[in-house]
Amino acid sequence: MSLAKRIIPCLDVDNGRVVKGVQFVDIRDAGDPVEIARRYDQEGADEITFLDITATHHNRDTIVHVVEEVASEVFIPLTVGGGIRTLEDIRTMLNAGADKVGINSAAVFNPEFVKQAADKFGSQCIVVAIDAKKVSQPGEENRWEIFTHGGRKPTGINAVEWAIKMKDFGAGEILLTSMDRDGTKSGFDLALTRAISEAVSIPVIASGGVGNLDHLADGIIEGKADAVLAASIFHFAEYTIEQAKLHMQSRGIEVRL
Amino acid sequence: MSTVAVIDYGMGNLHSIAKALQHADTSVNVQISADAHVIQAADRVVFPGVGAMRDCMQALQALKLVDVIKNVAQDKPFLGICLGMQALLTDSEENGGIACLNLFPGHVRHFAEPLFDELDHSLKVPHMGWNRVRQKPHPLWQDIAQDSRFYFVHSYYAIPDSEQDSIASSAYPQPFTCALAKNNVFAVQFHPEKSQTVGLQLLQNFLRWDGAA
Repeated sequence: MSLAKRIIPCLDVDNGRVVKGVQFVDIRDAGDPVEIARRYDQEGADEITFLDITATHHNRDTIVHVVEEVASEVFIPLTVGGGIRTLEDIRTMLNAGADKVGINSAAVFNPEFVKQAADKFGSQCIVVAIDAKKVSQPGEENRWEIFTHGGRKPTGINAVEWAIKMKDFGAGEILLTSMDRDGTKSGFDLALTRAISEAVSIPVIASGGVGNLDHLADGIIEGKADAVLAASIFHFAEYTIEQAKLHMQSRGIEVRL
Repeated sequence: MSTVAVIDYGMGNLHSIAKALQHADTSVNVQISADAHVIQAADRVVFPGVGAMRDCMQALQALKLVDVIKNVAQDKPFLGICLGMQALLTDSEENGGIACLNLFPGHVRHFAEPLFDELDHSLKVPHMGWNRVRQKPHPLWQDIAQDSRFYFVHSYYAIPDSEQDSIASSAYPQPFTCALAKNNVFAVQFHPEKSQTVGLQLLQNFLRWDGAA
């Protein structure tokens, strides 16, 4: 076997700037997205994900321009998420140079949209983003629920069942974020990651909570994720992508160097 | 100015491949087209594609591109990518069985499940990400290190009848053919346009290739 586990830096883009908040508040400015994407590509990022965090409120032109600019000089897979609600949104992003789109709330409000999108553009470009929070009490069997609106709104949907449904509807990949961990630097929710990864036959990207390089390796080894996504540890130059890969390799994980 | 036609039959996003070709050689004239005249007049032809084989073959038939492709594949440097490689075999088991272009005798099969890796984790389908490519000698591998990693995303893979037609292999976890070559035709399962420096090198090699093996 020689398929490498992937490291995917995520750029949360707000009005053309990369930002990172702790559990979606307390936003810190981290720089120019095109410049940062270029640096990650040179450091060996396996893919890059852009999350348009203002997309639900403002028009999309800013992120489209960012993707266009990055796609003309960075030749690795690019994913764009945030506010993808119509087939036209997907077409716009693919035409700008994205290879995949992340669908989040729109899938919850209208699961058929995932089916239509996969039929139209192919499963390979449809990433369903799942924001999950633990709802079981200590001592109970683990249970996670889907939340929308940046983790504020519960939906009553069981996260594991939802992931299976999204796979059946044509998702090519799952981007799984633990809303309990996002921005906390305390590591992925490994039980959640493992539960979803074992439940679906498509690749799972673990997200939410990375604070050090062991967390990345844990996501692969214990969480059984196929890829790991992190934002702030790379933006603020705490670690380079290359350091992260060398560390993962030292723990027995196959990476692209 | 040398021209390269990227065949546009509605299967997937051609901007990536056009941008990568342009980046690999700024002097080349890249034309995205479904027009038989444009494709036949080009110096080189790229046949990309993502999605399902049934839609692919239906689109080629609707646009009357089947004979155009067979024709240009006779003598022009020709590069098939992903679904554009699979479509060159005799048939695919996708969508209940679809007859393809038969430029390379052989079949396209789904990855058997379940698959397991060395950590005993189940392997996911699609096979998605960066995998090693073991080359056999060919001019298009020039300046690309043996076992370099390229970016893949696919659930089906080619099994050519003739081992001679296989010009590279990868493993998931069993070895499978990930590139085909015969005369002026070269085809790859991975995405050179998304495979960073090694991918751009392959595209540059293609744009300089005269079609001789």
